[in-house]
Amino acid sequence: MRHIVVIVVLLIASASTPGADTPLKFSDAAQEQRYHALLSELRCLVCQNQSLEDSHADLAQDLRNEVHGMVTQGKSDKEVLEFMVQRYGDFVLYRPPVRDSTWLLWFGPFVLLLLAVIVAVRFSRSRNRGAAPALSDTEQARVQALLRPPADGESR
Amino acid sequence: MSRYLLPLLIFGVLLGLLAIGLGKDPRRVPSPFIGKPAPVFDLPQLHAPEQRLTMEMLRGHPLLLNVWASWCVECRHEHALLMQLATERQVAIYGLNYKDPRADALRWLEEWGNPYVLTGADQDGRVGIDYGVYGVPETFVIDATGVIRYKHIGALTEQAVREKILPLLADGGGGTR
Repeated sequence: MRHIVVIVVLLIASASTPGADTPLKFSDAAQEQRYHALLSELRCLVCQNQSLEDSHADLAQDLRNEVHGMVTQGKSDKEVLEFMVQRYGDFVLYRPPVRDSTWLLWFGPFVLLLLAVIVAVRFSRSRNRGAAPALSDTEQARVQALLRPPADGESR
Repeated sequence: MSRYLLPLLIFGVLLGLLAIGLGKDPRRVPSPFIGKPAPVFDLPQLHAPEQRLTMEMLRGHPLLLNVWASWCVECRHEHALLMQLATERQVAIYGLNYKDPRADALRWLEEWGNPYVLTGADQDGRVGIDYGVYGVPETFVIDATGVIRYKHIGALTEQAVREKILPLLADGGGGTR
């Protein structure tokens, strides 16, 4: 029993060993929230499919420190994002700004949707037309004759 | 026949676009620095820490600023090329030693040769952040007026040197600007 207690105590102690991520200090909860919101908006350039929040890359740690420094100094979100874009380009933003080079990225899907609707409409129209081809005069007469109600006394 | 032609054409275009996408290296991110003044810095020199290396010292002639570290494997791959540029072509190459313990960096240069006129020691990586460094090695072409003209990410290749870097250095490095 005593062994188990010792093991548990050691495990707890090892879990709280100060590692690379020492707890950060913020003046209030709102500031901490802003810090985390900003990190999730920023892409880590070393491991490109992770945000700065998730990445364990060395550079990500450095950049988290930068963001932390700026947030606690009272810099606005816009200033922090500008700092990052100045250095790493629009690519660091998970939501890139709308501009000439990103126009296709933002509106391409809608253009494709519009094209698809146009194609679908034209396709269904041409099919409808194909189902009911125009009749010649003689064919029209035959149809009329066939559709005329039978005369009295005549039986089938 | 023609009703199959359009889908086939669209498929072909899609295939082409995907092929181009596959051939691109996602690590090559367009740099926002091209055409902008190189960020100022003030670092201790690697070989003489009591002396400084600043951006102001680098104005006046076109040069390469090469970001390297002794822990960086790819830096070894470009090293011979840097040595050749420095000795045979007399290119002024300055080093930015990125997040590297001083002793390791000095030993590395002693072992493989030192192509740098001067090297700044960026121990905490702050200058690296100002230069948007995310994958060592990186090489900047900076013209005589201190404007960044080109940035190469990853190990330098002979092709990049021949087609991009040497023409930019030869063009007077922005003397016309």
